Amino acid sequence: MTAVAQLLDLAFILVVVIDFFLLSSSRMGAAIRVVALQGGLLGVLPLMLAPPGEPLGHYLVLAVGALAIKGVLIPWLMFRAIREASMRREVEPIVGFVPSMVLGGIGVALAFAFSSRLPLPEPSAAHPFLVPTALSTVWTGLLLVVSRKKAVNQVLGFLVLENGVFVFGLLLSDFMPIMVEAGVLLDLFAAVFVMGIVMFHINREFSSLDTEKLSALKD
Amino acid sequence: MLRTVLHLAALLALPPLLLGVVNRTKARFAGRAGPPLLQPYFDLARLLRKGAVYSRTTTWVFRAGPVVGLAAVVAAGLLLGMGGAPAAISFTGDFVLFAYLLGLGRFFTALAALDTGSAFEGMGAAREVTFASLAEPALFLCLIVLARATGTGTLAGMLGPGLVAAWGQTAPALLLAAMGVFVVALAENARIPVDDPNTHLELTMIHEVMVLDHGGPDLALIEYGAAVKLFLFAAIASRILLAPAGEGALAAEAAFFGGLFLFALGVGVVESSMARLRMIRVPQLLVGASVLSAFALVLLLR
Repeated sequence: MTAVAQLLDLAFILVVVIDFFLLSSSRMGAAIRVVALQGGLLGVLPLMLAPPGEPLGHYLVLAVGALAIKGVLIPWLMFRAIREASMRREVEPIVGFVPSMVLGGIGVALAFAFSSRLPLPEPSAAHPFLVPTALSTVWTGLLLVVSRKKAVNQVLGFLVLENGVFVFGLLLSDFMPIMVEAGVLLDLFAAVFVMGIVMFHINREFSSLDTEKLSALKD
Repeated sequence: MLRTVLHLAALLALPPLLLGVVNRTKARFAGRAGPPLLQPYFDLARLLRKGAVYSRTTTWVFRAGPVVGLAAVVAAGLLLGMGGAPAAISFTGDFVLFAYLLGLGRFFTALAALDTGSAFEGMGAAREVTFASLAEPALFLCLIVLARATGTGTLAGMLGPGLVAAWGQTAPALLLAAMGVFVVALAENARIPVDDPNTHLELTMIHEVMVLDHGGPDLALIEYGAAVKLFLFAAIASRILLAPAGEGALAAEAAFFGGLFLFALGVGVVESSMARLRMIRVPQLLVGASVLSAFALVLLLR
């Protein structure tokens, strides 16, 4: 194997390890930083996946866009949301850390075991870890969205989910025009923006970001 | 053959020095000069010169505990091929014996603690076996990863020359397995994220509680056994990580002895830079190690 291929292997594995870390982490600040790291890694992936000998322009734009939005802008917004809401820095899960880690492990194992049998457009061209990494990251994001109480953590889960979709999109980056990708990144940015506003309103109404309080009726 | 003898001599002579390196690293991080590197040897010699006091409520189990504990870890060391050299004893499936020799030592230490009839020591024994039962799956998964990567069923083969070839093909899985072994090593040797080796008379300690009633030569045997156990894990972890460093006998030896000290240094850095985890978070760390090793296994099996 060449050095690039080994680095690529390692990058994919690191993305999955970050998934595990997120499922087990109880510190909100650490979780946001790690999501930022995952976003940054995803920014580097398109460059490493680019077929040699082709112009890099398309991939470069994709990489810089992902790095700026996923790695810098959104984490900054999240930290700001935490500071504004002056909330407790501990994650409060509905599903405990150990069960969610085991669930995540099962999902990752299934993804890596069965992804090679999926009917994909060009299975041979892609890196063998690409599809399972995408599936496990989507699964982790889903788990985080449904199993955490605080709105901030649910947004983090959504970001991880989107990271998984981004990895899956790399499979198609050959025929995907740049406008589509720009649109996706913009959507993501808008979604986090809207969620920030929603979080602000939840916080003002209930003076907490616990979404369980949303289900209680008020006079 | 010569290398195996050299390694067995190292197994008997070097373990306290590793503890000395860990303590020196921690002292440097704290800005102190620290005790001499050979301090653990002096401590052992001092303990061996003392007499022992036995409570009338204890039985032979209490006296057997330290002896069996030390014998078990040394016997486990005979199975381990260090630095890629063949082991003294080797047969297919010996990694199971390796894990359960460590388990036997732990079992007798826990029994000796229970034998004193002290509620405090019983609590320590309960904690020790609880966390050990979570560390064991992680250790087995790591060993199975190694077995699968190298295609052999002996511990010496898993850590032998096959590992160098395995690095070329399955580097990510081996890295994950090395991380798993490191976490298991910290838990098994009662190092910081799991247990603090320096605390005494604190309600959060695990391993130190169990040996409170041992004194003199018995305590020396326990301390020495603990150091040998650290040495075993250092040998495994450093061999997994440093296997590609050297193919020849001399290079492998250099990598092995260098790796031991790097491991001790790493333990010292972890202990200086981390706080001990809350007791309820320890199972989470160990389950995390198991999940990582299981992930490594999935990577190999696909």
